[in-house]
Order: sequence, then C-alpha cells, then structure tokens
Amino acid sequence: MLEVQNLSMRFGGLLAVDQVSLDVNEREIVSIIGPNGAGKTTVFNCMSGFYKPTGGKILFQGQEVQGKPDYKISRLGMVRTFQHVRLFNNMTVVENLLVAQHRHLNTNLLAGLLKTPDYRERERKSLDRAAYWLNRVGLMDMANREAGNLAYGQQRRLEIARCMVTEPKLLMLDEPAAGLNPAETKDLNQLIVSLKEDYCVSVVLIEHDMSLVMDISDRINVINQGRPLASGTPEEIRQNDDVIKAYLGEA
Amino acid sequence: MAANNLKHALFCAVVTLVIAYPILGLNLEAQGINVTLEGADASTVISVLAAAVVVFLFQLFRDNILSVLKSVPSPLPKSQKEPMAENKRARIESWVLTGIVILALFWPFFVSRGAVDLATLVLIYIMLALGLNVVVGLAGLLDLGYVAFYAVGAYTFALLSQYAGVSFWVALPIGACLAALFGFTLGFPVLRLRGDYLAIVTLGFGEIIRILLNNWTSLTGGPNGVGGIPDPTLFGMEFGRRVKEEGNVSFHETFGIAYSGEHKVIFLYLIALVLAVFTALVIRRFMRMPVGRSWEALREDEIAARSLGMSRTAVKLSAFTIGAFFAGFAGTVFASKQGFISPESFVFLESAIILAIVVLGGMGSQIGVVLAAIAVTILPELAREFSEYRMLIFGAAMVLMMIWRPQGLMPVRRIHIELSKQE
Amino acid sequence: MQDLLYFSQQLINGLTIGSAYALIAIGYTMVYGIIGMINFAHGEIYMIGAYTALLAITGLATLGVTWLPLILLIALICAMIVSSSMGWAVERVAYRPVRGRHRLIPLISAIGMSIFLQNYVHLAQGSRNIGFPALIEGGFQFGSSGAFQMSLSYMQITIFITTLICMTLLSLFISRSRTGRACRAVSQDIGMANLLGIDTNRIISATFVIGAALAAVAGLLLGMYYGSIDPLFGFIAGLKAFTAAVLGGIGSIPGAMLGGLILGVSESMTSGYLSGEYKDVVSFGLLILILLFKPTGLLGKPEVEKI
Repeated sequence: MLEVQNLSMRFGGLLAVDQVSLDVNEREIVSIIGPNGAGKTTVFNCMSGFYKPTGGKILFQGQEVQGKPDYKISRLGMVRTFQHVRLFNNMTVVENLLVAQHRHLNTNLLAGLLKTPDYRERERKSLDRAAYWLNRVGLMDMANREAGNLAYGQQRRLEIARCMVTEPKLLMLDEPAAGLNPAETKDLNQLIVSLKEDYCVSVVLIEHDMSLVMDISDRINVINQGRPLASGTPEEIRQNDDVIKAYLGEA
Repeated sequence: MAANNLKHALFCAVVTLVIAYPILGLNLEAQGINVTLEGADASTVISVLAAAVVVFLFQLFRDNILSVLKSVPSPLPKSQKEPMAENKRARIESWVLTGIVILALFWPFFVSRGAVDLATLVLIYIMLALGLNVVVGLAGLLDLGYVAFYAVGAYTFALLSQYAGVSFWVALPIGACLAALFGFTLGFPVLRLRGDYLAIVTLGFGEIIRILLNNWTSLTGGPNGVGGIPDPTLFGMEFGRRVKEEGNVSFHETFGIAYSGEHKVIFLYLIALVLAVFTALVIRRFMRMPVGRSWEALREDEIAARSLGMSRTAVKLSAFTIGAFFAGFAGTVFASKQGFISPESFVFLESAIILAIVVLGGMGSQIGVVLAAIAVTILPELAREFSEYRMLIFGAAMVLMMIWRPQGLMPVRRIHIELSKQE
Repeated sequence: MQDLLYFSQQLINGLTIGSAYALIAIGYTMVYGIIGMINFAHGEIYMIGAYTALLAITGLATLGVTWLPLILLIALICAMIVSSSMGWAVERVAYRPVRGRHRLIPLISAIGMSIFLQNYVHLAQGSRNIGFPALIEGGFQFGSSGAFQMSLSYMQITIFITTLICMTLLSLFISRSRTGRACRAVSQDIGMANLLGIDTNRIISATFVIGAALAAVAGLLLGMYYGSIDPLFGFIAGLKAFTAAVLGGIGSIPGAMLGGLILGVSESMTSGYLSGEYKDVVSFGLLILILLFKPTGLLGKPEVEKI
C-alpha cells in the first residue's frame, strides 16, 4: 500500500534522514521508533508533504507522491496527527470534525447559499459522521465545547477522530501517547487496534512508549541518526543487538 | 525594591516630559517663509506636567494599583462558557433582528435629511466592515489595502455611467464582480505570504491603485475625480426634479406628490439598508457553510488545515474574493450617494478606519462589527468639537483593544450544532 | 555626454535618498530581527525626529545662535533624545504587553500606534507642511553639457558622510560592545538568552532606542534635504524604509544598507526617466516582487517552517 524507498532529507549541511525505506501493507500497524532526534518526525513530514524530500521515492497505492503538496497527499487518503496536538482551538469540537470533511461536502457556494436538497443531504451526512466518531472516541458530551478547552487526553482523541472522519486509508500518528496517563494509553491502544480491525485503516506510528509499540505493532522500523537500523516484527526487534546497543548504549 | 521603583518612576516621568513637551508645548508658526517658535498656552504646559506626575505616581505604586485592578471582576462576560440553549436564543435573536430591520425601514420618514444621509454612510461602513470581517476576522488575513476594492466598485460605476451611460442597477453587480475579480487576481500571487508580509503587500497594492487612479488622468480624471454620477432609479422612475434620461419618468409625477429632495435621500438609504442586510445574511450563511469553517480553520492552524486536505490558496482566495466583492458593492453605493468620487476618498486611512471597526467589534463577530460601525461613524458626528480627535482616539483604541481585549467588545459566540444521538 | 551626466545625476540623487532610507530601515530590521514584528509606527518616530529637529533649529535661531555646526549638533541631539524616548515609550506601552501573542496582534497594535502618533503631531503642530530651512547650501558643479549641469550639493555630501558614520558606529557597537553581543544573542534565541541571564527586556528596549535614534538622524537630514515636513511625512518614508529592509533581507543590517541604496536609486531613476508620480508605484512594486520571489531578501537567511 505504502512504499518508501531510500528516502533522504537534507537541511543545508545536515542529513536528517538518510536512505530510509519502509513499507506498509493493507490493515497493518507499522511503527517507527528510535532515539530522540533520530529523524522520525522528519520522515513523517516528508511522507505527508510538508517537506520536499531531497532523495528517494514514496509510493502510495502505486502512485509517486514525494514532493506533492501536503493537501493533495492528504486527499489521497494519507492523513496525519501531530506530535504537539494541533486542533482548531477556538472552534467547537463538532466544527473541528466538520471542517475535516470539507472535501466530502459540496463546496459549491451557490448550492450552500440556496440550501439545495443535495447540499442539505450532504451536510446531514457529514453531521452524522461527526456524531458517529464523537461517540466512538467518547466526546459526545463535549460536542459544543471549544476544542482548546478540552483536557489533553481528549484533545488527542479528537485529533484522531478528526483524521478518521476524512475516511483515510492510511493514518500517520506522531507520538499519540505522549502526555497520556497509563489508563488513557490503554484506551488509545484499543482504539488504534480497532481502527485497523474495524475500519480497515493502515497505521504508521511514531511512539516512545515501548509497551504500546510492542503490543500493537505488526512490524517495527528502527532508525538512528537518520539511518535505518533494523526492521522486523516486535519479537525480532526486541532481540536485535544493534537496537539494544543504540538504546542502551546512548541512554 | 522601593528605590528601584522610584528610579524607574522618575525615568518614566522624564520620558513623558521629553516626548510630550517639545511637540505639544512648542508650536511652529509659519509666517510667510519664516518659521517662528511660540510657546503653547499655559493650560497645555500644565497638562503636560500633570501627565508626567500621573505617570510618576502610577509607576511608583504600579504593583499596588495593578493588584487593586485585578481584584475588580471584569464586567464583560467571558466567551468561554458553553452556548446557551440554541433554539431559544436563535428565536429571540431573529425576532430582535427583524424588529430592528423593520424599525430601520420606517425610521427615515420621521427624521431630518442630514440624519438619513449619515445613516446611509453608516450602512456603507457596515457593508465594508462585514466584508473585511470575512478577510481579517474569519480567515485571519490582515488586509491593509481593502479600500482598493471599494475604489474599484466606486470607479466602475462612475466610469461606466460616464462613458456608457450605465445605470446604478446594472453597475451594482458589475462593480461588485469586478472588485471580486481584482481581489482574485491580486490575491492569487500574494496569499502564500506569511501574515505580516501579506499585510504590507496589500497595503502596497492599495497605494498603487490609488496612485494609478490619481495619475491616469485621461480615464479617471486624476485628482479631480469623476462627477455627475447618476442616482439610482426605481423601476425607471427618477428622483430628480426633472427627468434626465429619455424614457424615464419622475417619481413625484408618477405618484402625484410634490417634489421633495428627501425622496432621493431616503431611497438611497433604503437601497443601502437592503444591501447591508443582504451582505449580513449572505456572510452569515457562509459562516455556517464548509467554506466559512475552512476560513476559520486556516486562521486557527494552517498546518493542521493543510494536513486535512485543505488547499491554503483556494481557501484564502475565496475569503479574499468574497471580501472584495462586498467592498465593490459598498463602493457602488458610495459613488451613487456622493455623485462625485476622487482618489481622496480611498486613502490608507480609510482602510485603517474599516480595520478599526472590525477590531473594535470583535474579529469574526457580525453583531459586534455592525455596532462598532455605527459607533465609529456616528460618535464623531454627535460631538463635533470632538471630531478632530477621532483618529487619535481610534489609534489609541486599537492599541488598547489589542492589549486588553484582542477578541473585541463583542467576541464571537460559537454556533451551537445539534447532533442526532445515535446508538 | 548629456545622457551620461543626466544618468549620473539621478544616481547621485538616488544614493542620497537611499542612504537616508537605510538609516530608517535599520530600525525595522533590528526590531524584526529580535522580536519578529513589523514596527509599523517607526515611520512616525522618524517624523517626530524631523519635527523635533525643526523645533530645535527654530528655537536656536530665535536665541540668535548662528554658528552652523553648533545648530546642527544641538538639533541632532534633541531629535535623537526625543525620538529615542518615543521609541522606548512606544515599545513599553504598545508592544511589550502584546509580545508573544498571535502575529497579527502586535501588528494591529503597531498600526494603532502609528495612527495615534500621526494625529498627535497633527493636533499639536497642525496638518500643513512647514518649511524646513536649508542650512547647508551650495555644492560642486560638474561639467555641463548643453542645458544640463550635474551637481553634487554639500547637503548630499553631508547625508552620505553622516550615514556612513552612523553605520560604522552601529556595526562597531553590535560587534564589540556587551549590549551589542547581547543583541545578537537575543536575536538568535530569545528564550535561551533569557535563561543565560540576559535581561531580554532591556535589550529589546535598547533595540527600539537605537532604531529610533537613527531614524531621528534621518529625520533631520531628509527634512533639510526636502525643505519641508508635515505629519504624514513619516508614513510613506516608513513604507519605503520597510521595503528597503525587506529588499536587503529583514534582520540583516548590511542588508538594510544595500536595500536602501537599491531602492533609492531605482526611485530616482523612475523619477528621472519616467515620471515622479510613479516612483512610489515602483517601490511598492519592488516590495511585492521581492516578497513573492525572494521573501528572505538579498542578504537574509532562509526560515525553516517548524512543525
């Protein structure tokens, strides 16, 4: 489904990502782990189109997407979250979900001004979808609160829901468990697995919480100082000497 | 600590004297080509000294004063509470608004001509401010050249009527669309710029358009402007004493009433009222549509918006174009009201006034913007002796608002959306 | 031959105006470099400098002082003191309380301040333009050809030399003095500088004071050069200087110098070969083109978008 080949990203003299490859199949959770500053988020930024990679290819469903503008990549069905939650803070929770469905709605201005039946129908559908996901992540009671006023864990869930209403094929989560307490992490764990099982979404995950990664990942890629270090199933990674050295040796 | 405070307070007082005394206390008097210096009258000097003393005392007891101020609860409501029961509120709101509009419809028949004329101007500012509110308040794009689109609307009507004899009703949509087209073409290249750069570039565009109007004498009449702009007609009826155009009849003859200059003024007012209400309703509708939400999303967090598949250029461009459209609308009405326009009416200060209205009213809030437009236009007229201080006070108010209430006097109330409960 | 002379004359005029623009541009560039805001009221600070200088000159004339260097020196010092105080006060009152908020908030506050100051002077001194005595008269005349004679006035020489002195002093100050080093540190990373014990508030104030003082110098020079001033005199000059700062790369002091000179020359060439009416169009056009195609300017450093 997703294939990243020899991805490189250079900022001036600094080679932040060097020849990283990774592939994701349908209905699979793939994690990227590595010490701080290893270049994980840079890989994400290249994949989601915020950076133009200086080398390598990114194929999404057979289509080359590297260097495409971010919003086009997102419209293909690759949607991401952010390391520091990025919500539309002054808009309500529902509005956050409605905005995300922008392209599902008829954007024709006249149809909206005149409230044509077709437009009403689409609007109703997007409201239903928003309601469904609010229920799913347990934020229904918060629907008309301003997103910025939610608790941190709720904001994290809202961000994921906001991705899901766009009906993506691939979800990229950047440290979704950061700042969550153990109970919340456990909920998140179940949510991510259910996204894969029930909604047929593939997930690419950057995470520091090893228990979460080891629990839910189908495969894991380790990068260190911008270079690929190892890849394999959680079991293989756990026993990989290089990985142990990279983590323990530098910790 | 106390000594430190004293030193700081003294310093602040001296600075106050330094910045106030030379400019306020000494007057340059031009006599022929010679310039002489004269001291200002005693009261000015005394007030400068008093200001310095006040600054000194404030700085000296700064901590005490601030702590007292903090303990006083803010009389203005916070915007954070959850919206109240929506159905009820919406019903009350729509009744009140309808009432106001009906009142506004009949009001001009009972007041003086001057008051109606001023009210028309207020309505023009309301249209402008509502349009700019889309760009600045909703989309978060600081447009300092908004007056350029106003000028495009006004000049379109003026020139079309001068060269092609086009009437108000034909020129109105053309002017608005042309202004929108200008917004679109100007917006296209500049909208990927960062916020503050965008502000300066739009300011530059505004100035360029004004300079062009001023110097393209063969077309626009340069600084002399364009005159003889016709009044609007009502189904072919003119409001003048005599009919100017072949085939038209005059309003007062048709209805067999005595000619009165007031008819025209009131008619213009009513047109402006209808257009202002139309503007408000259309924009209100936009705010509840996907396009309106994406404006706000882009203002809130551009990166997140892009990551959800919104094209930054398309969204910003739509806000810019729609804002320009309504400026063109207002411009056409303005040209018709004045009967004469010149580049003088479209200087940067005008953009700044409209911006001040949006900022004071609360960026994004329609009712706030309407109230601010009324206040900003009418207050200086009510207190004539006060009117030369108008811009001084605007400037100060903009600074104070940014410091204390950047969300404006009437902050936006979020729209409550009812969801059907499931499962 | 006449063409060449005419061209050189435009070049001289352009460089004169340009170096004065550069002096004003320093204020924009330093403030932007440190706190990332456009000090929209800077043009007004410059205008106030010009007014103060005129007040001082007129006052000295009334007192009967006739020795030119003394008049200029006193006028310069007065203008610098008043403008710097104004710069300091503006930062304290209008910018410090909104520092760190959303980018547009300080900008709107600055626009408000600009309108306020314009009307402050307008109310106190009237809106009409007032003649500024040309204290430095005469100049060199160069080879005339046909009806055209090229000249280099003493006033122009004064502007060049003063600008040169100011720029040299500023560079020395930035590179050698403690405060200068602190300025550079703050513009690199304001949070870090704070942690290292630099009083960042003081440094930011210092930036405003320095920028305002240089603007006051420009106010005196350009007031004499143009021969008259009015309360709106700062607005356009401020925009021009901002253009110069952006052109050279905002945040970069040599950039401001370079940008000022380029802008001045392109303006005077437009006046000389097209029409004086369109010189503002050219400078705004230049600003727009630079921002569109090279927003970092000629000598600026690129900014990386952080996510």
